[in-house]
Amino acid sequence: MVAPALIGVLALGVWEGIVRVEQIPPYILPGPLLIARTLITDWSTLFPSLLVTLAITEAAFFVSAVLGLLLAVLFTQSAWIERAFFPYAVILQVTPLVAIAPLIILWVKWVPLALLVCAWLVAFFPVLSNTVLGLTSTDRNLVDLFRLYSATRWQALRYLRLPAALPFFLGGLRISGGLALIGAVVAEFVAGTGGAQSGLAFRILEAGYQLQIPRMFAAVFLISAAGVLLFILLQGLSRVALGLWHESEIETEG
Amino acid sequence: MTAGPSIVALREVSKSYPSGTIALNRLSLDVGAGELLSLLGPSGCGKSTLLRLIAGLAEPSAGRIEWMDPAASHRLGFVFQEPTLMPWARVADNIRLPLMLAGMSRAESDARVNEAIAHVGLEGFARAYPRELSGGMRMRVSIARALVTRPLVLLMDEPFAALDEITRFRLESDLAELQHRRGLTVIFVTHSIFESVYLGSRVVVLSPRPGRVAASRRIEGPTPRQEAFRTSAAYLEACREVSALLISATEHPLTLQGEGNDPPLPSRGRGSG
Repeated sequence: MVAPALIGVLALGVWEGIVRVEQIPPYILPGPLLIARTLITDWSTLFPSLLVTLAITEAAFFVSAVLGLLLAVLFTQSAWIERAFFPYAVILQVTPLVAIAPLIILWVKWVPLALLVCAWLVAFFPVLSNTVLGLTSTDRNLVDLFRLYSATRWQALRYLRLPAALPFFLGGLRISGGLALIGAVVAEFVAGTGGAQSGLAFRILEAGYQLQIPRMFAAVFLISAAGVLLFILLQGLSRVALGLWHESEIETEG
Repeated sequence: MTAGPSIVALREVSKSYPSGTIALNRLSLDVGAGELLSLLGPSGCGKSTLLRLIAGLAEPSAGRIEWMDPAASHRLGFVFQEPTLMPWARVADNIRLPLMLAGMSRAESDARVNEAIAHVGLEGFARAYPRELSGGMRMRVSIARALVTRPLVLLMDEPFAALDEITRFRLESDLAELQHRRGLTVIFVTHSIFESVYLGSRVVVLSPRPGRVAASRRIEGPTPRQEAFRTSAAYLEACREVSALLISATEHPLTLQGEGNDPPLPSRGRGSG
């Protein structure tokens, strides 16, 4: 923890120094101290917007986790289903969100739901593809063992495939968390809705129009901080769920 | 020749794969009830395939597998080359798995699990996770899991191959003792001549792929085996003979050696264990 903090403080110091020495105007590049001050003075506008963006992110993340897992289980029940549907999941993943977001916002009249759909489209694929990988890469001998003891399909799923896929699923969630936030912000940009219910992306747009660059930076900082927090939370979840048995979470001794 | 009445017999069993590989070709074998049969053969001769067929995990392409008592075909334990434990489950829960899959409640299965743990000398480790155990201890858990259903037949696929020699010797002796005490039928696949002779009351030598029975030899020795047997003249002589049988099977895969035939002595040194 010391090393990244040291680098961070050093970088911020250099940034502040350059801005002061070169006398760069704040509408080109504000210094970190000014951004911090703006964060405090504009907190009453920025914080509610952060909550709006986070609400969309969390909903999209939750739906991605649940649907990603269910679809993965469905895909692995039959090779036919997987072959039939997986290409479409890939198509959804590779189509740039900015290209289809306007259409989604046009079709789905209720803006929060449209934003949710956009964020979900970006976030669900890592959960799906990781979980499919986990469910299909179970130890072959353990699969045989379950067959030897006449395990039902449900028993094999419940006691073997799902626990074996858990590390993969959690890995998918870690990627998906950040993507849900990115998806939500991109969708907000495209939707460009104002008013009390607007998220951080709209605050960035608004600040840009008004040349309030320090506020823009403050909003960007909040988005990044939210992303980092999400990552840390998911890392913690992974540690709690796998800490006792999985190699990735076991602290090395000596 | 078998120790007693057969428990399972393979009749002209062949196994080929869609890739065209023929793993086994018209293999016939009788396994006596209560015998510890060592199946010895070079790598890739179809030993593991044979165990999978007996376990019902694969179907023969031709031939039959006859169980004298069909109920016995469902009372099997299987021990793989790797311990094959569920890393997310504690030792007791790994051992409990077959009982749980059979629908037995935790309370009902507790006594059986504890008994199996005691059989393999793992008292005090019931709540440990597999990663906390040594390789030998993990293999003991695997054996306990195979024993917990009180099987009639134990199928073992090179279970000790990855262990260090001291651990392997201990586990071999423990297995011999356990097999004797419980009257288990054990089919033990190995590519080690020394292991096959130490454990087996009979050693069946398979030819290289496609595998079939090249030779079968009874091993005379104390039952259950004791460590002293490893250094006895009888053991070394049996190793020499089995080695000759294995070399003969490898060099002349199509010339079948019937039981009791004197194998030609090899012109070069003994095969290694």
